[in-house]
Amino acid sequence: MYYLEDIRIGEKSEIGRHTFAADEIKAFAAQYDPQPFHMDEAAAARSHFGALCASGWHTAAVCMRFLVDYRKKVVAELRAQGKPVATWGPSPGFRDLKWLKPVYAGDTITYATEALETRRSQSRPGWGLVFSRNTGTNQHGELVYSFIGAVFVESRRT
Amino acid sequence: MPQFFFEDFSAGQVMEFGPRLVTREEIIDFASQFDPQPMHLTDEGAKATMLGTLGASGWHTCAVMMRMACDGIVLNMASMGAPGIDEVKWMKPMRPNDQLTLRITVRETRASRSRPQMGFVVLFQELFNQKRECIATLQTPLMLERRGATTARAGG
Repeated sequence: MYYLEDIRIGEKSEIGRHTFAADEIKAFAAQYDPQPFHMDEAAAARSHFGALCASGWHTAAVCMRFLVDYRKKVVAELRAQGKPVATWGPSPGFRDLKWLKPVYAGDTITYATEALETRRSQSRPGWGLVFSRNTGTNQHGELVYSFIGAVFVESRRT
Repeated sequence: MPQFFFEDFSAGQVMEFGPRLVTREEIIDFASQFDPQPMHLTDEGAKATMLGTLGASGWHTCAVMMRMACDGIVLNMASMGAPGIDEVKWMKPMRPNDQLTLRITVRETRASRSRPQMGFVVLFQELFNQKRECIATLQTPLMLERRGATTARAGG
C-alpha cells in the first residue's frame, strides 16, 4: 500500500458492491447476532424493521472484505509500476460507526473509502496512522453505513 | 416475550457473561470470508506483522462480543437494534483457544425525545481473555422498547 506520506487526503474510492441475500443474512446472524429480525422473515415483519435485515456487524464485515480486496489491488498496481509497497495494519480501533438505515434482504450496498487525516505514531517509530471514512450506500442512494477507521501505516521516515 | 425493557436498566449496572472458547478454525473461517489479511489466516503470515502469531480480525472480535451479549442478555431484551457504535478499541488480538469473558456496564439511560415508545441504554463492553487481559472495548447505545409500549409485535 501507499506510505503514510503518499496517502491522498480527501480522495474517495469506490471499493465494492454487494447484494445481501436472505440466506447469507440469516447465516451470519445465526453465528453472531441471532436477534429475530436478522433470522426470520415473519419475526422481522412483526418488528419495527418491518422486514428481514442484516446484522450491522454483517454490513461491517462485508465492508472490511472490500477494504482488504481494494488494498490488494493497489499493492498489485504499485508492484506493476515498480514502486515500493508499504505495510498497512493492524488497526487500533474505530469510532463513530453509524448504522443509518437497515440493510434489507435484496439490498445492494456500494462501499467507498476516503482518507481524512494522517498522523505520525507517538508509540511506534517508523509508523503512522491513517484515519478513513468508510461508507455504504444502498441502491436508492441512501447512506446506510459509515465509520471512521484507524490503521497503522508504514512511514518513509524512521 | 422479552424479559427486559428500557425501565429495567440504570447507570452503573454491571453484568458478566462467558466463558466462550474461540477456536483456530473459527478465526480462519471468519477471516477467509471477511478479512483475508495474512495475519488473520496463518501463523506464518502473522510472523512479519505486529501480531507475531495468528490473531483474529478485529471485526470477528466485535462479532463475538455481539454473540456473547446476545446469549447473555440481548435476546431477552426488548431490543430494537442499535444506531451505531461510539467507539471500539482493539487493544490485543483475540487468539486461538482464548477463553473469553464479556463485562457489560450500563453507562447511561435516556428516554428518546422523538420516539416515546423507546429509550437508549448506553452499554460499555469489555472483552477479557483467560489471563484477564482486556483485549477490546466497545461502547454502543442500544435501543430498547419501554415496558407497555404498543408495538406491532403484539399481534404475533
